[in-house]
Amino acid sequence: MESTKNDIPNTKYDLVNFDTQPPLLYPDYKSTILRSPTMPLMPVKEYLQNLRLPAFGASVIGALDNDLTKNARKNGEPIGERIKVTGKVMDEYGHGLPNILVEIWQANSAGRYIHKAEIHDAPLDPNFLGGGRVLTDNEGRYTFYTIKPGAYPWGNHYNAWLPNHIHFSVLGHQIEHRLVTQMYFPGDPLFEYDPIFQSAPKHARHLMVSKFSMDLTDAEFALAYEFNIVLNGKYQTPFENKK
Amino acid sequence: MEKLQTTPSQTVGPFFAYGLTAEQYGYDFNSIVNGVLTDDYTEGERIFITGCVMDGAGNSIGDAMIELWQADPKGQYRLEPIQDKNDGFTGFGRLGTGTNDAHKFTFTTLKPAGIDGQAPHINIILFMRGSLHNLYTRLYFSDEMTANQNDPLFNAVPTERQSTLIAQRNEINGQVFYTFNIKMQGDNETVFFQV
Ligand SMILES: [Fe+3]
Repeated sequence: MESTKNDIPNTKYDLVNFDTQPPLLYPDYKSTILRSPTMPLMPVKEYLQNLRLPAFGASVIGALDNDLTKNARKNGEPIGERIKVTGKVMDEYGHGLPNILVEIWQANSAGRYIHKAEIHDAPLDPNFLGGGRVLTDNEGRYTFYTIKPGAYPWGNHYNAWLPNHIHFSVLGHQIEHRLVTQMYFPGDPLFEYDPIFQSAPKHARHLMVSKFSMDLTDAEFALAYEFNIVLNGKYQTPFENKK
Repeated sequence: MEKLQTTPSQTVGPFFAYGLTAEQYGYDFNSIVNGVLTDDYTEGERIFITGCVMDGAGNSIGDAMIELWQADPKGQYRLEPIQDKNDGFTGFGRLGTGTNDAHKFTFTTLKPAGIDGQAPHINIILFMRGSLHNLYTRLYFSDEMTANQNDPLFNAVPTERQSTLIAQRNEINGQVFYTFNIKMQGDNETVFFQV
């Protein structure tokens, strides 16, 4: 499944040059070798200034969509450590962004994805799917309840393991506000071995690591991890760019 | 005001399907977006957008995800929030490439109109295992070459690469298909734009 071709395209450009972003070609993550453009991204920002993305209404979110401990129960509760994952989606100036679609997916507590192509020999949990979604509130805040995901191995290189992570898809209101990323957990010993985590510049990696928060923890229920997300650019309210 | 650092992007990985495109892949979780961008009632030319994503070795990619976002047949983007995936003309679609052997995507939509000097076009956001950042490109229509030549963004693309942004029109049994293949590398590498 993973590429074995080792000739690396001759890429002269740092394709994405935002200072916290990973390059598109990161040869230690082998799948990037045949899947990253070799030509530079064309800078055409001036033509895209007013390109907004779709907005979603509250009715697309089901009552249990943000609670992964409940949204796939068949005959009991999912196994594992229940956690709360919460944070704020902001623009680069710290403005909270309301009504942003945040979707997550993750492995179960044993490090197993429900995905059909997943072959890791760890048990599925009949009461856990691992998918969820929510819209941010007026301050840009979101909250999920879930089960802490386990680490899992992958085929990138011998004895390759991914740190515990939750995949995040964030769909904001402007074209530059489309982000897919991963939330990691503090102090994971696998950080120093994982090329996907390390593809982000060193000074930016901490931005993907959630913070344990006693203040946000639900007493006698779930430890809280806070994960704030900063999207590229400045938020324009829908009326700002109408002349 | 001091700027915050933006959160780094990471790959969508190979296992996005049950979270982002669950119904298409047959997982027990509803989807709020799918490959159909319109209802049956909105007026316009009904079209299918189809194609593959190819890697640098010429193989089709079976774990990519594509989002389309487009104006309607009057040239207007939807402004009202989408309340349901069948809620009129949404103009927004999402499909994974892993549900058939050819790794083909097929979206159902209405042909958009161009306004304000822009040619009719569809915005495409591409995600896949092996891509650390989503990629933005645009689809233009092969039967709109006059409008394309006057489109500011299309014109900013070097002439020899413009063809990578053109979806080819085909009519099969009265149905209109536009084929848009995305090539990550090599001859006719698709043009991607920095947003
Ligand atoms: Fe993962």
